[in-house]
Amino acid sequence: MRQRAPLVLAAVLAMLAGGLFWLSRPQPLPATAFAALAPGDPERGEAVFHATGCAGCHAAPGASGAARLVLSGGRAFATDFGTFRAPNISSDVAHGIGGWSLPELGNALLRGVAPDGRHYYPAFPYVAYARMALQDVADLHAFLSDLPADATPNEGHDLRFPFTFRRGIGLWKARYMDRGWAVAGDLPEPAARGRYLAEALAHCGECHTPRDRFGGLNHARWMAGAPNHSGDGRIPGITPAQLGWDAQDIVIYLSTGLTPDFDAAGGSMADVVDNLAGLAEAELEAIAAYLLILPDPRQD
Amino acid sequence: MFPRIAFAATLSLALGAGAVAAQDLADQVGARQGQFKLFALNLGTLAMMGTGRAEYDARAAQAAADNLVALSGLDQRALWPAGSDSGAIDGTRALPAIWDNPEDFAAKLVALNAAAVEMARVAGDGADAIGGQLRGLSGTCSACHQAYRAPQ
Repeated sequence: MRQRAPLVLAAVLAMLAGGLFWLSRPQPLPATAFAALAPGDPERGEAVFHATGCAGCHAAPGASGAARLVLSGGRAFATDFGTFRAPNISSDVAHGIGGWSLPELGNALLRGVAPDGRHYYPAFPYVAYARMALQDVADLHAFLSDLPADATPNEGHDLRFPFTFRRGIGLWKARYMDRGWAVAGDLPEPAARGRYLAEALAHCGECHTPRDRFGGLNHARWMAGAPNHSGDGRIPGITPAQLGWDAQDIVIYLSTGLTPDFDAAGGSMADVVDNLAGLAEAELEAIAAYLLILPDPRQD
Repeated sequence: MFPRIAFAATLSLALGAGAVAAQDLADQVGARQGQFKLFALNLGTLAMMGTGRAEYDARAAQAAADNLVALSGLDQRALWPAGSDSGAIDGTRALPAIWDNPEDFAAKLVALNAAAVEMARVAGDGADAIGGQLRGLSGTCSACHQAYRAPQ
């Protein structure tokens, strides 16, 4: 019996490794998922583009106005895990994503899986986009295809070991990717629409919700404010108990960047306002309705 | 028309020029923060009307917009001495990047002045006209805050 122990141990380790390997596998959507969709509508896709905030990360650093539609990438995000650099997602076929099919875009957004089958790092907020409606992806695909091509090559990330090991992201996804709503349950309109906009598209929680040491979002403190993970200072809590703004305050802020005491948004939020100012007022009112029902994080 | 290029040039020359003792910086920091409070107060008058939160008052709107034109045209050279950035002293959110990019910082102030001039042009035309210019004006504030103001 004694002599068999190493064999048993080796078998257990092999099974464990196999299990982890299986658990960490990229999990793209089934090909049939896209079959029943209507053809992408670029006009509707523009609204999805503004709500998802693609330009916030993928426009060139410092771009403003029409230049924010040139998604050449290059913006750097210094984090505890290393520096991430937003890739080129312009319609350039060689350097951007101009050659991507709709399922390829869908798998990137909803599953964090690249066309070559590798995991994306969750600096790309697919944890939020996982909740997207596939028709919105189809419309976004149509809009992105119409945007300018740009031949800026991708610079790649500059990460610390062991975060250089992409397969491990699969385990992270198994632990942290939750395709349900952070604010669960049936909501009345317009709060339900606001939940979709805030949780699935605008990914507010990515900055406003604190993370644990492995970078997973702490749903118990949803939107309760967090250290700025790509710079100094704090990202404020935006639950009604913390913010104290009414619906109109929120709509005015999201459309103009002006707080109720007429300070103007700065930092990453200036980009968010640039994006959201392109939405219909009813959409901003929906986001406000959702934010106003967020639970008070101080009652834990 | 406002001599914008000259304005930008004098500002970039002023930035970083002349070492000032640390205890003297409180006056400059206080003055420039007061200037931004004046921006906010006058912008607030316009924002309240432009978003329907206050009744439109043509004279108050015009006065607020004219104040913004005047404020954004102030010569800045006395307000931004070297060593008065957020890395060097407490009590300011002015990032060192201002002193690294004086031309861009000046250009952003010039953009604010241009947006204020545009607001002053339409301020007498009613609440909708103000509302239509509000984002253009507040966007110039945000552009500078994004690049040059530290988060809270």
